Amino acid sequence: MALMMKSSASLKAVSAGRSRRAVVVRATKYDEELIKTANTVASKGRGILAMDESNATCGKRLDSIGVENTEENRRAYRELLVTAPGLGQYISGAILFEETLYQSTKSGKKFVDVMKEQNIVPGIKVDKGLVPLSNTNGESWCMGLDGLDKRCAEYYKAGARFAKWRSVVSIPHGPSIIAARDCAYGLARYAAIAQNAGLVPIVEPEVLLDGEHDIDRCLEVQEAIWAETFKYMADNKVMFEGILLKPAMVTPGADCKNKAGPAKVAEYTLKMLRRRVPPAVPGIMFLSGGQSELESTLNLNAMNQSPNPWHVSFSYARALQNTVLKTWQGKPENVQAAQAALLKRAKANSDAQQGKYDASTEGKEAAQGMYEKGYVY
Amino acid sequence: MQAKMQAPRSAVSGRAAARSRVSTTKVVCRALNSMESPYAEELKKTAAYISQKGKGILASDESNATTGKRLESVGVENTEDNRRAWRELLYTAPGLGQYISGAIMFEETLYQKARDGRQFVDILLAQGIYPGIKVDTGLQILPGGKGETTTQGLDGLADRCKAYRKQGARFAKWRAVVKIGEAGCPSTTAVLENAHGLARYAQICQENGLVPIVEPEVTLGPGDYSIEETAFWSERVYSHVMRLLNEYGVVLEGILLKPNMCLPGLDAPVAPPKLVAEVTTRTMMRSIPPAVPGIHFLSGGMSEEESTLNLQALNEACPDAPWALTFSYGRALQSSTLKTWAGKQENWDAAQSILLKLAKANSEASTGSFKGPHPVPGGGRILQALRTGGAGK
Repeated sequence: MALMMKSSASLKAVSAGRSRRAVVVRATKYDEELIKTANTVASKGRGILAMDESNATCGKRLDSIGVENTEENRRAYRELLVTAPGLGQYISGAILFEETLYQSTKSGKKFVDVMKEQNIVPGIKVDKGLVPLSNTNGESWCMGLDGLDKRCAEYYKAGARFAKWRSVVSIPHGPSIIAARDCAYGLARYAAIAQNAGLVPIVEPEVLLDGEHDIDRCLEVQEAIWAETFKYMADNKVMFEGILLKPAMVTPGADCKNKAGPAKVAEYTLKMLRRRVPPAVPGIMFLSGGQSELESTLNLNAMNQSPNPWHVSFSYARALQNTVLKTWQGKPENVQAAQAALLKRAKANSDAQQGKYDASTEGKEAAQGMYEKGYVY
Repeated sequence: MQAKMQAPRSAVSGRAAARSRVSTTKVVCRALNSMESPYAEELKKTAAYISQKGKGILASDESNATTGKRLESVGVENTEDNRRAWRELLYTAPGLGQYISGAIMFEETLYQKARDGRQFVDILLAQGIYPGIKVDTGLQILPGGKGETTTQGLDGLADRCKAYRKQGARFAKWRAVVKIGEAGCPSTTAVLENAHGLARYAQICQENGLVPIVEPEVTLGPGDYSIEETAFWSERVYSHVMRLLNEYGVVLEGILLKPNMCLPGLDAPVAPPKLVAEVTTRTMMRSIPPAVPGIHFLSGGMSEEESTLNLQALNEACPDAPWALTFSYGRALQSSTLKTWAGKQENWDAAQSILLKLAKANSEASTGSFKGPHPVPGGGRILQALRTGGAGK
């Protein structure tokens, strides 16, 4: 869906006596590349493997299988993921943490090179994490704008071609207007900076699963958050053909008594997207946010039963890695089986992206819930 | 968004206690559909009908004064009966409903009848055409000396909508105009003011059972500004319009959009249809969420042929558009029709025939299947000056 782009020309000053405000020029150096990258990531039957857990969070994962949180163990785990044979059939991009961007396989091959050979675009988490927002009821804001332009330039040099920044919004804690505004503002400024450095920004205002609210309240908040986010992105002249979105699906809160099946989640989520997302955006890559592997896949599948104006796909972390970790247990002899588990989940989600997922092939493990109350990423 | 102040939970005295219970303004957005509105479903159905593939809107809502100028241009006196006769010619064109799904009327016309006593609204409905009503009361100059305008009409709008609906109208229209191409235009004030008017109007219409046509016209004016400059300002304007529609909880599935195509200034070379299509579709793709069922372009001074060729090119450029790319044409359907009639009864059939040919051509263009030749080729631009201070007459 990439329309031929003409760069926004700046206006020459008209003949004397009639000066005009010049049309603002957005740096156009990377426009074509951004569109190409975004469309590559948003390609049919493929989605994103989010593996950008910070060292501390990665530590929690390793801890859950009794593995020590060392740089070597993190490296070994990430090697397992990116070298899974044929992963690029289902995975178009992988988000890395900064440490991982510079790591290599045991045999000395850079991860970014492994990924390129697998036809997987390397991405990089660029935010500096969440901290409490003053004068709110426990809400947070996301840091990372200071020096972001320089960091992005470095990451581009190292081989990254897309970026990710995660802000959160909490329904039980509000959300207050100032939290919503800061979330949108930070994302918009980050997106503009990233595009100017050649990185496709993934825009992620995660409306957290926590809470007792029903699906209607989730819809209301998501509509408000996305309106605000697009408002600030437009102000910051973000080029929509060169971004990807990473929303939460529209669901009831984790503690809500009324559950919603895939058809309802799909109906509400597509309604929200249709109301808020201009068709110029090439791809919408959903986060799993605590849903089980099975739920995440079923919901994605339900959303792809008829054509959408944008590529509707996944950017899953826990929902791709959960069974992988449990299979690996930190043991080299389990690497192949763990990779097979990853490919199985990746394929399931690839099928779901095309609306042809068959749940009858799943085991018990996939249905295990991964919601953690008050989860800190 | 209606901001609700959360009551401080602790009424206890003392700074510490008060500070420990922070009152914050919550995000609350009561969209119409979450309020059990009796009209929500009907509005969506009406909007879907009007924007159905292969059909468009006949804009015939010229005020009495503007209609007068048109009639006088063909030597017809501006009387109520002549205005009535002219509209009867349009609405009784046999088979018009094959190409036209909605007709926008001025207030006077909404209550008028044909010579045989039938109400215009009934004639239209029998043709499968929804009656619509212009509800703004005209443009007013904004302070600042740049000739920018705002649109009036919010006072008493709810009551008027109710009355219009009772008479048979099912959609409404409000035209906001944003001027570009001159130093300092558009000002932020003009953009915000016009976007605000559109959003409030849309909200009130939906509350009272009328589908609002949201018309933010970035107007074709003098100057040699480029098509890219029009696109740039159009994106800014639509961004403000969409954000305010969102804030006021307007149900997007129940509106229609009536934007300008992106064209260079009048003093710049005319852009070929392919370029107009490329830039205009890019602008729409960036600005308009798929929930909006129909984008009905205004003709705004383009010749009859230009209006059709550009619409055809738009549909060729974007065959899988998530919204209908169609028309809401006034001058581009009426200009030659009026010249053919010239107020003479003996020209009645010939005039209706021209109207139907023009409607058919644009209907085909709206599905990307117009092959030509155009019924009225080679016409020039049909320009009209911005009229202010009309106060709804």
